[in-house]
Parts: sequence; C-alpha cells; structure tokens
Amino acid sequence: MKSAAFRRVMLSIGAPVAAVVFAVTLSSIVLLLAGSNPVTAYGDMLENASRLETFVDIINRATPLYISAVAAAIGFRMNLFNIGVEGQYLLAAFFAAVVGGAVSLPPVLHVTLILVVAMSVGAGYAGFAGVLKVSRGINEVIATIMLNFIAVGGIIAWLVREFQDDTGATNSGTTPIPESGRLPNLNGVLEIFTREVSKGRELTSVLLIAIVVGVAYYLFINRTRVGFDFRASGFNPLAARAGGVPPKKMIMYAMLLSGACAGLVGMVEILSESFKYDQSFVRGLGFGGIAVALLGRNSPGGIAIAALLFGFLDSSSGILQITGSASPEIVVIMQGIIVLAAVVAYEVVSRIKQRDEASAAAAATERTTNAELEGATS
Amino acid sequence: MTNLTVPSNAVMPEPDGHQTPLQRYTSLPGWARWSSAAAIGILLLTIVQAISSGDITVLTDAGTAGGMLRFAVPIMLAGLGGLFSERAGVVNIGLEGMMILGTWFGAWGTINFGSPWAGLISGLVGGALGGLLHAVATVTFNVDHIVSGVAINIIAPGLTRFLSDQMSIKTEEALDVGDSPSFPFKWEGGSVTQSPRAGGLPKIDVPIIGGNDGLLTDLEDAEIFFLSDLAGVLNGFVTQVSLFTIIAYALVPLSAWALWKTRVGLRMRICGERPEAGESLGVNIYLHKYMGVVISGAMAGLAGAFIAMELSNIYREGQTTGRGFIGLAALIFGNWRPVGVMLGSLLFGYPFVLALRDGDQLGTRALLLVVSIVLIGVFVSSIRKRKKTDAIIAGVLASGTLLWWALTDSAPDWLPNTMPYATVLLVLVFMSQNLRPPAADGQPYRKGGR
Repeated sequence: MKSAAFRRVMLSIGAPVAAVVFAVTLSSIVLLLAGSNPVTAYGDMLENASRLETFVDIINRATPLYISAVAAAIGFRMNLFNIGVEGQYLLAAFFAAVVGGAVSLPPVLHVTLILVVAMSVGAGYAGFAGVLKVSRGINEVIATIMLNFIAVGGIIAWLVREFQDDTGATNSGTTPIPESGRLPNLNGVLEIFTREVSKGRELTSVLLIAIVVGVAYYLFINRTRVGFDFRASGFNPLAARAGGVPPKKMIMYAMLLSGACAGLVGMVEILSESFKYDQSFVRGLGFGGIAVALLGRNSPGGIAIAALLFGFLDSSSGILQITGSASPEIVVIMQGIIVLAAVVAYEVVSRIKQRDEASAAAAATERTTNAELEGATS
Repeated sequence: MTNLTVPSNAVMPEPDGHQTPLQRYTSLPGWARWSSAAAIGILLLTIVQAISSGDITVLTDAGTAGGMLRFAVPIMLAGLGGLFSERAGVVNIGLEGMMILGTWFGAWGTINFGSPWAGLISGLVGGALGGLLHAVATVTFNVDHIVSGVAINIIAPGLTRFLSDQMSIKTEEALDVGDSPSFPFKWEGGSVTQSPRAGGLPKIDVPIIGGNDGLLTDLEDAEIFFLSDLAGVLNGFVTQVSLFTIIAYALVPLSAWALWKTRVGLRMRICGERPEAGESLGVNIYLHKYMGVVISGAMAGLAGAFIAMELSNIYREGQTTGRGFIGLAALIFGNWRPVGVMLGSLLFGYPFVLALRDGDQLGTRALLLVVSIVLIGVFVSSIRKRKKTDAIIAGVLASGTLLWWALTDSAPDWLPNTMPYATVLLVLVFMSQNLRPPAADGQPYRKGGR
C-alpha cells in the first residue's frame, strides 16, 4: 500500500519536473542551433537569480502573475475559459487609477477604495461575458477575446484622453494617485532577514494581497459549498446539474469571481510602482496568468511555484541581454514549451493514475469475491 | 467540454397555413437568399450614404469593396481552418497562434527565397506545424482542446519573436564570427518586432469588366443612384485582385467539395459527429482527426501569410489582432459550412476596411445609422417570431445607435478600431440560436472507448 501512495506522489511531482527537464533540453537544442552556449546562458541566469535584488525582482514579477493565474484558474476549475483576464485587469486598473487619483482619503481607506473599484470593474466586465454566455449562448472564449479588444482599443483609448492629467503632454496618463493611496514597500521586512536591498529595488506589498487571494481561493474551492459546486460542475456538468447545481448561476459566479480577482492584477503597478495608468502600462499579464494557471494545475500552491518560475524566467531575460550569452527571447520559448509539455505530462499522468485505480479496484473486487466464495464453500 | 454554441428553440410554425414573407424568404435556395440579402445591404448603405451630411462615398466605393474582399480573406481562411478542425471534432482555439506562425513564416519565405510563392508555401507549412502540435496534444495525448489551443497561442508569439531576434542579429557581425553558424538566413533592416519589406503575389484585373478602363468603372463614373454604387462594389471585386486572394476564395468551394463530396471528407466529418460509429466501420479516427487539424493549421498559416504579405507587406508583431478568433466567430455565423464562413468573413471584414479608409470617421457615423436600421429589422422580426428577449435587446440597441448617430457629427476616432469586435459580439447575440455544431465537437476520443 505504501508503495502505491509513493507512486502517486512521484507521479504528481514527476509531471511538472519532466515538463521542465523537457523544456530545458529543447531550449538547449534551440540555443545550440542559434550558436549560443546553453551552459553559459543557464549559468548567467542562475547566478543572477542568486542576488537579493533579483530575488525582489522575481517576487515583484510573480505577484501579478499569481493573481492573474488565480483569476484564470477560478474559471478553469469548472471548465469555463475566461481568456479575458487581460482586458479585465487593464480596464480595472484604469478605473482604479482614475478614482484613486481623483479623491483624497485617509491612507487605509484610500487603498481600500482603489481595490474595491478595481475588483468591481473587473467583475462587471467579466460578468458581461457571463451574461452573454448564459442568456445568449455565446462561447465565453470568443466573447472575452472580443471584449479584450473593445476594452483596450475602445473604452480605455477613449477615456484615457478624457481623464488625462496634463493635456499638453502626449503620454502623461491619469492623475497620479496621492501618497495616501500608495502602499509602502516591504524592504524593511525583508531586510530584517537579509542585508540592505540596493539598486532602488522595492519589494511590493501587493505580495500580501496575492497571499490573501491565494488563501481565499484555497478556502473557497476546498472548504465552501459553492466551491464544491464549482468543482462538481467542472468534473461532470451533467451530474452536477442532476445534483441540483444550477449551471447558469455557477457560470455567473465563476465569471464574477474570476473578474474580481482579475481586477487586482494591475495593482502592483497602480499601488506600488507608477501610481497611474498611461500608455506604457504593463500588458500581457492576463495571458501570462493563463499559462501559469495551466502549469500550476489550478491549485493555489502549484500556481505559486509556477508564478515564481515564470517570474524567474522573465527576470532572466534582462541578464541575458546584458551578458549577451544568449538571445533574451529564449525565456519566452522556454515558458511556452514548459506550458505545453506540462499539460501533456499532466494528461499522461492522469491516465496512468486512472489505470492504477482501475487495476487496484479490479484487484480488490477479485479479493472480495474470492473471499466470499471461500466463505460459501467452507 | 463546452460546445461553441448552445442551440435552442427551433423556429415556431405559424398557426395558420399562410406563409409570412419571412418564411417565403427562408424557403428560397441559399444563393438567392444570400445574394438578395447582399443587394439589400448595399442598397441600405447607399441610401444612408446619400442622406448623410458630407459627401461620403467610403461605404460603397470600389476601394472599400476591394478592401472588404481582401480583409475578409484572413478571417475566412481562419474560419475554413476552424471548419476542417471542428468537422473532425477538434475545437481549435489555437488558430490565432497558427496564424501568427503564418505571418512570420510567410514573410520569411518571401524574403529569403525572393518569391512570394515561397512565402505562401512557407506560411502554410508554418501554420501546419502549429496544427500538428495541436493534433499531437489533443488527439494523441487527449489534452483538453481549449487548453492546448491556449498554450499554442502563448507559444507562437514567443517563437516568432525569438526567430525574429535570430534573423535580425547584425548581419556583418554574424558573418564575421566563425563560431556562430546560427540560422542560415538574415534579415537586413529588420528588428525583433518586424521584418523588412515582403511583397505579395501579382495582382490581376478581370478582363473586360474589371480594371481602370473596364465596364464597371464606366458605370461607376456615370453616377447613377444605386447602380453606380453596385458597380463600385463589384468593381472592387474584379480590379487589381491579388492571385493570393483568388486562391483563398477558390478554397471555399474546394473545402466544400473536399468535406462533402470525397471519401476522406466524409471520414473526417464522422470524426466530428460519431467517432465510435466511424471506428466500427473501420475508419482510422486518429488519422482523420490529424488530417483535419493539420489542414486547419495550414489554412490559418495561409491566413497569416496573407496578412503579412498582402495586407501589410511586412511582418510585424501583433498584426493578427484577434482575427483567428473572429474566424471562429465567422464559423459559428456560417453554421459550420464553407459558404456561410465566407459570408461571415465578408461581414466581419467590412469594419476592418472602414477603420483603415475612414479617416474623418464620417463613414463610421453613417454606419451607426445602418446598424440601427438593421437592428430595427431584427426588432420587427423578433416581435413577429414572438421572441421577447431578442426584441428588447434589439430595440434598446437600435434606439441607442440611432441616438448616437443623431447627436454626433462624426464618430469618435476609437470607434472604427472597435467596430470589428463589437460587430462580432452584436451578430453573435442574435445568431446563437438554430445553429448546429458537429455533434462530437470538442469531445475527447479514445480508440475502443477507453
């Protein structure tokens, strides 16, 4: 029995490890073809990552990816594909920046207001896609993708001029959020354990929000009634429906929660980096989050590891540019290969597990029947 | 797995034996319905254009019509790609990624082999490789179709960026350094995000009617109401048409023939309807699913090559702008049929052209009125069919657009860029009933039901 449990654990760990090994191998081949030395490149990446400043950078990059991945994972849990995290977080960040820059409140209240605005806008925009799905039968993938383009090319492009801080400048963005609406950095906490963080790196306090999001997600999925219904709908929608789980309501819940979570993705930039929304606002975190969620298998812990891995790779891109040991774009390739290799590996593992279970069940049935037969004959 | 649409409530028969005009219309053969709808559409555009303030012709002139024909191509090829894949039972959300591969490989082939034909083929192969990846993941490994598609959409831009970076290494340096064999070709004057110029296939005029001295140009210049507008639209279809465009449109009947009139096509379609039934007849389901998905990728690759070579004459990062997904919307609009896909693509391609040609946004403002009139039509027909929700939605949207049109002099500059995506949503809002996707679309399949 012990060996069966061991086998299960090894299979669970084995899949992502195999995916990473596969990705490293394939990337090495690509690097060799491109005329770079993979060993030097990986050496540069790891040496860079061992520095405290890079560590801070990795966390700062992993934080929004983590929140974004949780947003995607909420939908994935019930086979609902919210591909619109990208549009939702940008729209939410924009409105949060506008509201945050327009009011003046006591510190805690100000930040709370910004968070509430961001979550409501994110939830509202995702909820719209939800309404389109449940009432008009429009596939959520297509709806959210179209809404992404409408948010960025339409709503934001229009309003960013209306709420421009300095109308003379070409890219001034929204009015910067005053001091009371900004979060202090966590360098002080970090420095208790280590040395002083130099180079102007600041550890974002949104990390704490991400941790709260992760814990809340864990509790919601595993410890609440609705969370259970979510998982049930994901496993077997027909059975869930027969068991009294209203499918349309579930879709709406999932979209609203996913969107509220997506609203928080841009908060690193809004609350602790640039304090405003402008043309150079960070893009692509929505799609990055989807990749992280797929790699982390939608589990709160798995997503955290995946987000750190992606943060590390993103951060490495800079050092490769500096040392010139490889093309900095190799990290994007690695991310892509890891994700695809991981989803394939997970599928293979789940099939092996199913087979194990089937054979275990068959063995158990055989044992009991044999015992019954023996009981009958004696 | 979720299907792309939820088909529901069938058309209610009228209580008495009389046919309503609508029923008479729906009983017409397909070509008659579509061409009369197109004629009514052009008439509507013409009338709106005539009563609009300012002397605008952008809604129906030859430039717009020709543009529509060209801008519909990537959407249509993506839609046909989706058709092959979904008819074989595999949902292909990765079309966008495969299209991105097509843009890069299309430009690469054109530049490095010095021929647009090479670009067309390498774009096709690039997309097909993306399709092969999707097939391996979904058919062999049974990965969820949407998960795999999403993963491909993430990989593709990374890969093209890496390849561009390799191409754009300063040429001389790369040649001097002996220990850097690297890739065999270089882009001179390109960068990480874009390629040097990559031209398209030759353009031709249809003899007699097309061209600058053709009959349609004469008719268009005669400035007769509606007829000249109609001539303008048709002229755009026959003047300076790229061979690539002609190939793309030829793929519509070809796809219909391949899927519905050949043995292989029937076998591919059974993969999307009842794979178990096919299996019991000895059809190699895996093989035919692979074929469908690889062809799908090849079509998406062609779509990408078309964008790079014909629409922009250059590879640029992010130039697909979601058209893979719009192709899927066209597939839904066309009810998983080739001609329907083509018409959906023309419809969705139109706002893309207008965004490009309508510099002062007067045409877009006029289009608001057109949208409003169409919505009023939907409103009336919904009331007749006693579809309350449809009627309310159409009524609210119609009055909204009408008000918007009435209260403005020109559309805001962000509207043309948003129009394509809004159109897709708007159409899907009223379209998702009475559609029939392939029965086993998106379902996992294992040989022997394991």
